[in-house]
Amino acid sequence: MKAIPLWKRASLLLAAPVAALIFSILMSSIVLVLSGSSPLRAYADMFEHASRLETMIDILNRATPLYIAGVAAAIGFRMNLFNIGVEGQYLLAAIVAAHLGAMVTLTPVLHVTFIMLVAMVVGAAYSGFAGLLKVTRGVNEVISTIMLNAIAISGLVAYLVRLWQAGGAIDPGSAQQVGTTPIPESGLLPDLNVVVEGLFRELRQGKELTGVLLVAILVGVGYHVLVNRTRFGFDLRASGINPFAANVGGVPPKRMVVAAMALSGAIAGLVGLSEIMHIGFFPANPIKGLGFTGIAVALLGRNHPLGIVFAALIFAFLDVSSGVLQFTGAASREIVVIMQGVIILAAVVAYEIARRAREKEEARAAAEAMVAV
Amino acid sequence: MALAIELIGITKRFPGVVANDHVELKVEEGEIHAICGENGAGKSTLMKVLYWMLQADEGTMNVFGQEVRFASPTEAIGAGIGMVHQHFMLADQLTVLENVILGAEPVHALGLIDFDEAKDHLKKVAESYGLFIDPDDLVEELEVGERQRVEIIKVLYRGAKILILDEPTAVLVPQEVEELFRNMRDLKKDGATILFIDHKLDEVLAIADTITVLRQGQSVATVKPDQVTAQDLAELMVGSELPTPETTESTVRDEVALEVSGLTVIDQDERVIVDDVSFRVRRGEVLGIAGVEGNGQTELIEAVIGTSPAARGIVTLNGADVTRATVRHRREQGIGYIPQDRHREGLLLPAPLWENAALGHQTQQPFSKGIWMDRQGARQRTEDIRREFDVRTPDVDVPAHALSGGNQQKLIVGREMMAEPSVLLAAHPTRGIDVGAQAAVWEDIKAARRAGMATLLVSADLDELIGLSDTIVVMLRGRIVATLDPATVTPRDLGAFMTGATSAGAA
Ligand SMILES: Nc1ncnc2c1ncn2[C@@H]1O[C@H](COP(=O)(O)OP(=O)(O)OP(=O)(O)O)[C@@H](O)[C@H]1O
Ligand SMILES: [Mg+2]
Repeated sequence: MKAIPLWKRASLLLAAPVAALIFSILMSSIVLVLSGSSPLRAYADMFEHASRLETMIDILNRATPLYIAGVAAAIGFRMNLFNIGVEGQYLLAAIVAAHLGAMVTLTPVLHVTFIMLVAMVVGAAYSGFAGLLKVTRGVNEVISTIMLNAIAISGLVAYLVRLWQAGGAIDPGSAQQVGTTPIPESGLLPDLNVVVEGLFRELRQGKELTGVLLVAILVGVGYHVLVNRTRFGFDLRASGINPFAANVGGVPPKRMVVAAMALSGAIAGLVGLSEIMHIGFFPANPIKGLGFTGIAVALLGRNHPLGIVFAALIFAFLDVSSGVLQFTGAASREIVVIMQGVIILAAVVAYEIARRAREKEEARAAAEAMVAV
Repeated sequence: MALAIELIGITKRFPGVVANDHVELKVEEGEIHAICGENGAGKSTLMKVLYWMLQADEGTMNVFGQEVRFASPTEAIGAGIGMVHQHFMLADQLTVLENVILGAEPVHALGLIDFDEAKDHLKKVAESYGLFIDPDDLVEELEVGERQRVEIIKVLYRGAKILILDEPTAVLVPQEVEELFRNMRDLKKDGATILFIDHKLDEVLAIADTITVLRQGQSVATVKPDQVTAQDLAELMVGSELPTPETTESTVRDEVALEVSGLTVIDQDERVIVDDVSFRVRRGEVLGIAGVEGNGQTELIEAVIGTSPAARGIVTLNGADVTRATVRHRREQGIGYIPQDRHREGLLLPAPLWENAALGHQTQQPFSKGIWMDRQGARQRTEDIRREFDVRTPDVDVPAHALSGGNQQKLIVGREMMAEPSVLLAAHPTRGIDVGAQAAVWEDIKAARRAGMATLLVSADLDELIGLSDTIVVMLRGRIVATLDPATVTPRDLGAFMTGATSAGAA
């Protein structure tokens, strides 16, 4: 609202995530002290490590798929749809895309586009199916996506990995890994080391900044434009805010549910790119959990295109730090999982408190107070 | 007589608006006190301040002679102040009893809710005030008047001695208004003090003991009903004359804009809600539908706009069969829609006004170009609506919930009228709009009618119905039971048809 000064709006907006962060640092400190470690040493190790260029690259590489997963979840949230299925969607999409990507011969740009399209189509179809179940059979999407996750992860993906297994990898860094047939060079996104090295210095330890970062940026911009600038985005938000009014306003409710789920799934399909583009195939032991973390990232980032950037960076930082803690022995790595959990809980509470404060600020406490009566 | 409430110098500001500006209000114990004023004059705000849903920026408040300062409505209730909101706040899926005790449940020693005790208490409260309702009914099955009774019982159940009713009559038909007024008089006899807001000045004059008028946030007068006429009141409120709706010469043309034949709507429980209804609305014609709420008018309108499917029958729009068409298609073909419940179906409350102005028209100029929203065009149009329909707001970027009830309604009316629909479905188009703005809306509808707009009008306001319609049909239990000529019918006759007391073909 215009009448509230910008600084006040900004501070109200930022107060919640910052408070959540501080609270979770406090909680983690308590846990650290209880478990006999020094919180100060642990934090010092984490930050010291994170200030190195190589670690920053690790963090960016991890934040990239988390961001994409966060946007995927956020698209559903915008319409009050809970797409728990990002996890299964990205794994299934990744293996199919890796397999088909290895089977075709195309020119570089086309090849990459082809792989991305396959991933998006698979993700969209798998997620859209949950949407269809909702509008035709009334199955809640939370339930259907949880079941579809189980089918995808321990069923389809496990089966396809064995079916499409190709003995060994050509990637020198992971020679002993097994997975699908490697994708030819033309199907891989180049790394962005040139950019990093141009800006800073040469990267050591064979680190590479993933080219999928560009895809993530495109996804973020596309998400913003879609939601805030297009008719479809308007329909999406309207349905999320007031489904009855949207319906009367000509937004077809069922079609919107299927479309939103499919779109969420299409973006989810891109999450696995960072792995297959990096090692060149879908491994028998892929990185899991990105989809679930993505939901948390969307929650912490308030479904906002930039908010999700910060949330993804924080979660990536914590993920990478867990390895550091293990390595330096400052604390057990599980502390990081605790921190991530506490952040989310604290964020949910803090956002609620901030929302109330904002409502008070804008003098809208009205409807809220009635509930309390 | 002792004062139940005394407000001294109450000021409440919102961003860009002073909603209450040093308001003074004295309410005597045991009286019925009406608050009148234009849309946006600050009536609801003042009541919310009194109920401590909002904190005043300045001023003091005395209740029964004691200065009070509460932290929340819960404390206000504790001190005997209860409020029934204009937009009801009941849980549809719960029973009357559950709704009434929600948040004030009597508890067993074991920590369980003591439903028997609650039911006894509810019955005692309801009987002593003559408010009859079955505690076990589901709220979603109740009529509006009954829901309102539940809201009132809910407040009385908590021991309220001072009742605040925000526009209680807006949703009621005349018979229900009489019933409500009877209840109010009984409550008063039992010592309750009642404050209520109402835009219908004859109602105010009929029931109030004292009337306080607000204008632009200030209390400008406190009068007794026998000292003033409705005309005087209107002048105090707006400084202009009280308009009366009257039909001008007929503008009905030959072409049929909307035709409904044999329309039947069946709900999930297989009940027939709209039963074989047929009618035609020609260009330039207003067809009024009279009926007590819950007799199928809502569902009829829903079937025409396309949100509930027709089980049988045909809907024809400008010559084309749209029975199976989507809502969007019908809208693009020129149906405008003013829903009966602005919060439920009309608005995106947290979204800015310009997005609200686009709702329902987002596929059309000036709100979008191709797949893109046209933010500039939408803002411009919203400015136009704001100017032409006198929507009082600091700017078009405020969220819809920051507008007063009547101004929200004007925004919706403006949005639909500005799109120049060929058929307008209007359910209670002036509900909650003050007398001055109401006349303006009527003028707009008449002007559009002259230009050829066909209108299907549902209204609980019989004067509005008679004043605007070219033909009136009465709906009772899903059927059209009478076709009447507004030139000859009186509100009293109409009321008799609506309740089924009179049944005949035509008057
Ligand atoms: N939550 C809010 N935020 C900002 N402004 C508000 C808010 N609530 C009310 N206002 C403004 O305060 C003024 C008074 O509003 P209020 O709701 O009290 O009017 P009212 O007299 O009840 O009008 P109506 O007859 O239309 O219901 C209006 O200008 C309105 O826009
Ligand atoms: Mg009001």
